[in-house]
Amino acid sequence: MARRRTASAPRAGQGSWWAGLPGIAYLIALVLAPLVIIVIFSFLSRAKLGVGVKWEFTIQPYVELFYSESLSGERSFDPTYLQIFFNSVLYSLITALVCLALSIPIALWIATRPPKWRTLLVFLVTIPFWTSLLIRTYAFVIILNDNGPINGALTGLGILAEPLPMLYTPFATIVGLVYSFLPFMILPIYASAERFDFRLAEAAYDLGATKAKVLRRIVLPAVRPGIIAGLILVFIPALGSYLAPELLGGGKTSMIANVIAAQFGASRNWPFGAALSVMVLVLVMVALVIFAVVARRSSRRGANQSLESLL
Amino acid sequence: MRTPRGTGTSLKNFPLFGPIAAVVFAFLYIPLVFVVGYSFNSNRVVTVWKGFSLEWYADVLTNDDIQRAVMNSLRVASISTVLSVLFATGLAIGLLRMARAGRTFAWSLIMAPLVIPEIVFAIGTLALFVQIRFPLGVDAITLAHTAFCIPFALLPIRARLRTVDLSIYEAAADLGANEWTIFRRITLPLLAPGIVAGALLAFIISLDDFIVSYFLAGAGGTTLPVYIFGMIRNAITPGVNALSTLLLLVSVVIVTISYIITRRKR
Repeated sequence: MARRRTASAPRAGQGSWWAGLPGIAYLIALVLAPLVIIVIFSFLSRAKLGVGVKWEFTIQPYVELFYSESLSGERSFDPTYLQIFFNSVLYSLITALVCLALSIPIALWIATRPPKWRTLLVFLVTIPFWTSLLIRTYAFVIILNDNGPINGALTGLGILAEPLPMLYTPFATIVGLVYSFLPFMILPIYASAERFDFRLAEAAYDLGATKAKVLRRIVLPAVRPGIIAGLILVFIPALGSYLAPELLGGGKTSMIANVIAAQFGASRNWPFGAALSVMVLVLVMVALVIFAVVARRSSRRGANQSLESLL
Repeated sequence: MRTPRGTGTSLKNFPLFGPIAAVVFAFLYIPLVFVVGYSFNSNRVVTVWKGFSLEWYADVLTNDDIQRAVMNSLRVASISTVLSVLFATGLAIGLLRMARAGRTFAWSLIMAPLVIPEIVFAIGTLALFVQIRFPLGVDAITLAHTAFCIPFALLPIRARLRTVDLSIYEAAADLGANEWTIFRRITLPLLAPGIVAGALLAFIISLDDFIVSYFLAGAGGTTLPVYIFGMIRNAITPGVNALSTLLLLVSVVIVTISYIITRRKR
């Protein structure tokens, strides 16, 4: 067994490392190269016609993040883009927390079903993930609009005289984001909960802890790795979301992705769009580092330890 | 085997967890039910129900632009599925034999499309293609889709490869089979369920993609999701719902088949 899977001692028939080379070459060309190009473009000048770039070094795109220039060339501080970044982070955080609140009960509920039911229930959670994000977002255009089923029911039952405007609000954007990424929170929490031995919770309960206390002191610490994974898996794609703010926010609640898309579309300012993208990548990396630090700190507190501290 | 359930049921049901779980399941499915339900509305205004009708299906299925978009989507999804499965199979085998540093590098490249916001990936690829003067359109979309389909194709293949008993290779080699024969006669058949599952997942990921296709479509590369987005932007009719229902149906059928394949062969 010692020589199993060591790179230096190839064994017949298991293939060789070079089997992976075409894939690696492809990913360098179509994943790494686009990222490098984005970084390069963010330091170049705007092309005259707007499509593409002019190969002249400048830090102007990064200046534009904070300052705007009037027609007379006067530069003044402009918080527009900072505000959009702030909103994007805020919406993504709210989304992650709402997903968390919804996911803990359902993940634990599934994990405590009989094993043969669990796989089916997990499959039911994953199905929406495999359907088109565009269609899932569109669904809320139908549901939240002024003639939609919710407003129809509220006005029909006489609870509201006028339809409540829900579509094209930050609320709609966040609902869309929660719906888009909910499975990403349920699944890792479930994965942690499935590995947890619920007899520990039973033991604590038998020893007199209340259900709330068992949940807080035993179960939640045990599923904490899943919670942290879920927070990353929801927060990061939410931060880069284009469709929910575009279709549900109605332009009033732009997030970073919409601003980036505009620079490569109507605004025709590729270097600035590239600089915004670089900022998004930096934000993603900062988020990953924060989560990694939190994950390391929390992993010391295992379920057994919490049980000990409770007793 | 004693499952936690066997040890007493006093704690199985945290109060409210069952009802909340039911609400969350409803939240996951009711929006899709509305999309499907209103596709049968005979009214032009999607959410004002007038009567049952299949006219929107007839409408969208006979539309030339939609047929073209469907053909584009199928072409992109088929080719990028084949390419990504080939790359992923090679990667799955190669990763096992790679030195640690190489494996870490390869793994971050493979997973990068899942971590990088899709919009950044989309405009990065757009910038690359414009820079090297590669024409935008279905081929550009296909190349980009292949890249982010690789992780989805890889995971089931890799999971399958891990279950293979390594002594089987040794036996084949001892019996005189060469590398290629072993790959063709042993590795490939053993990996087949993983490859099929991976291919199915890659296919729907490509078929459902919107953002990357949107930026790389150019003039003639409109795929079905890009077309649907245009419809939503211009005029929402139950036609959008009819088209969406068909796309939903394809996704659900394919993911179910993939699920059954991976479950049965394990």
